[in-house]
Amino acid sequence: MKLNQETLQKIAHLARLEFDPKSGDQMLKDMEEILTWVEKLDELDTENVAPLTHVSSEINVYRPDEVANKATHESALFNAPKKDEDYFRVPKVLD
Amino acid sequence: MKNYSSYLEIRKDLEDQIVTCETLVNHYLVNIHKHSQLNVFLEVYEEEALEQAKRIQEKIENNSAGTLAGLVVGIKDVLAYKGHGLGSASKILTGFKSQFTASAVQRLIDQDAIIIGRQNCDEFAMGSSNENSAYGPVVNGKGNQKVPGGSSGGSAVAVQMDMCQVSLGTDTGGSVRQPAAFCGVVGMKPTYSRISRYGLAAYASSFDTIGTLTKSVEDSALLLETMAGDDEYDSTVSTKEVPAYTQKLQKEDKFKVAYLAETLSHEGLNHEIKDAVENLLKKLTNRGHQVSEANFDLLDYLLPTYYILTTAEASSNLSRYDGVKFGHRTEDSKNLESMYKKTRSEGFGEEVKRRIMLGTFVLSASYYDAFYTKAQKARRLIKEQTEEILSKYDFIVSPTTSTVAFDIGSINDSLEMFLADLFTVQASVAGIPAISIPYGVDKEGMPIGIQIMSRHFSEEKLLAFARQILAEVN
Repeated sequence: MKLNQETLQKIAHLARLEFDPKSGDQMLKDMEEILTWVEKLDELDTENVAPLTHVSSEINVYRPDEVANKATHESALFNAPKKDEDYFRVPKVLD
Repeated sequence: MKNYSSYLEIRKDLEDQIVTCETLVNHYLVNIHKHSQLNVFLEVYEEEALEQAKRIQEKIENNSAGTLAGLVVGIKDVLAYKGHGLGSASKILTGFKSQFTASAVQRLIDQDAIIIGRQNCDEFAMGSSNENSAYGPVVNGKGNQKVPGGSSGGSAVAVQMDMCQVSLGTDTGGSVRQPAAFCGVVGMKPTYSRISRYGLAAYASSFDTIGTLTKSVEDSALLLETMAGDDEYDSTVSTKEVPAYTQKLQKEDKFKVAYLAETLSHEGLNHEIKDAVENLLKKLTNRGHQVSEANFDLLDYLLPTYYILTTAEASSNLSRYDGVKFGHRTEDSKNLESMYKKTRSEGFGEEVKRRIMLGTFVLSASYYDAFYTKAQKARRLIKEQTEEILSKYDFIVSPTTSTVAFDIGSINDSLEMFLADLFTVQASVAGIPAISIPYGVDKEGMPIGIQIMSRHFSEEKLLAFARQILAEVN
């Protein structure tokens, strides 16, 4: 399967990744190679086969709707790269 | 100190006062330091393990110790342990500390097991050689600069070199069984959903299982019966009752065993490994098991199905690494969007980026049906054909891998690397249990592994059969 740079950049944006021209060329080549390889599945007749979406045999697992606070304020913020006393900090979103 | 093959022997010596928990921990620490060039542990909890040892030793002397008292465990760097680092061997999780403990790990601690450290692996468990770690490759303890397999490579070498008695790994497409085969240890992947995934950093959620690396089947059984079962924190975990696997290991039934024609005649299969499997099948026949050939004509479709579905799930699971709530954040960002992009591009390694890109592609609107839905359909065909074989036979026996451990740096092509999982992905796609047991070595002394697969939730029979084969080898 052939991909172009435009598709690569679109996918990279969706995945929130970026590639410089050199690493972008390599990624494009790798993706083309792997996608061509997985296209082998086209040989399989799956006309009347339903997609398998769940592997666990558990269905409808219920629990009582009880409020519980498992994480403290402190532990929720513990690993944040930027934070103040109460919030995660991110770069400015609105001007 | 002797190299104990099972915890049962350790427990006996602890109770007979031949060893103490402290001498055990010190013994493993000596081996960890002695083999530091193998790059197995990312962090060793030295003082803490020794303190635990002291505390648990007292419990043993007071007869109040748990069922795993003094069992020294290493955990793969994808499992959460409260207050300890968790990095998925990725730069993007630099400095991250777990705020809770994985259910599987907690159940071992509750029985007085001692966690000695976290082990190197492929970044986010993506890889088959343990060369994808941000902290450098793990080296196999056997041979000269051979890979240990992946992704649970550190966990396998730790058991191989007696740096801990057992390790917890994870297996999404073979990540416990393949390194077990490369390192000459026992690697067990239970039925999907048998063990809670709470506290396991997700790679591909419909495939991920916690698995065990051990020196004996006895220890696999012991760990499984301790960790498995219902858990309020994982709604996909099986609520089926957990059998006392260790109590059923001595059973010696006669079984119906299949081998797959397509596997044994595969062009990539190393002839010494093929000879080993044929030798085992002959032995099984001689012991009165019924051994027959079965056909599985979907072999060539396994890896493509596996890669479409796991990359799709990975692209979704790994979207959480965005530099906001935890982990690495770029220094260099103008706005929120560039912060996300730079953080992720700096933090993830090449293999992880490739899989995120492929997964995003197969889930994108224009290609969803042609790739993702197609692979979900193929998954059903594979699962049904595998179950059909297992409705006629108790087990499918195959090589675990098509080659023995290869040289570090020798495989640079993604597709060639994927082939390392050729025989292990079937059980992952179908969700069935499988175990790899060591079965001799090749002429250069590198370990060969044999894989046994069985029906959903038939670990009891699988473990007993594996134990029986290993007992005959030794």
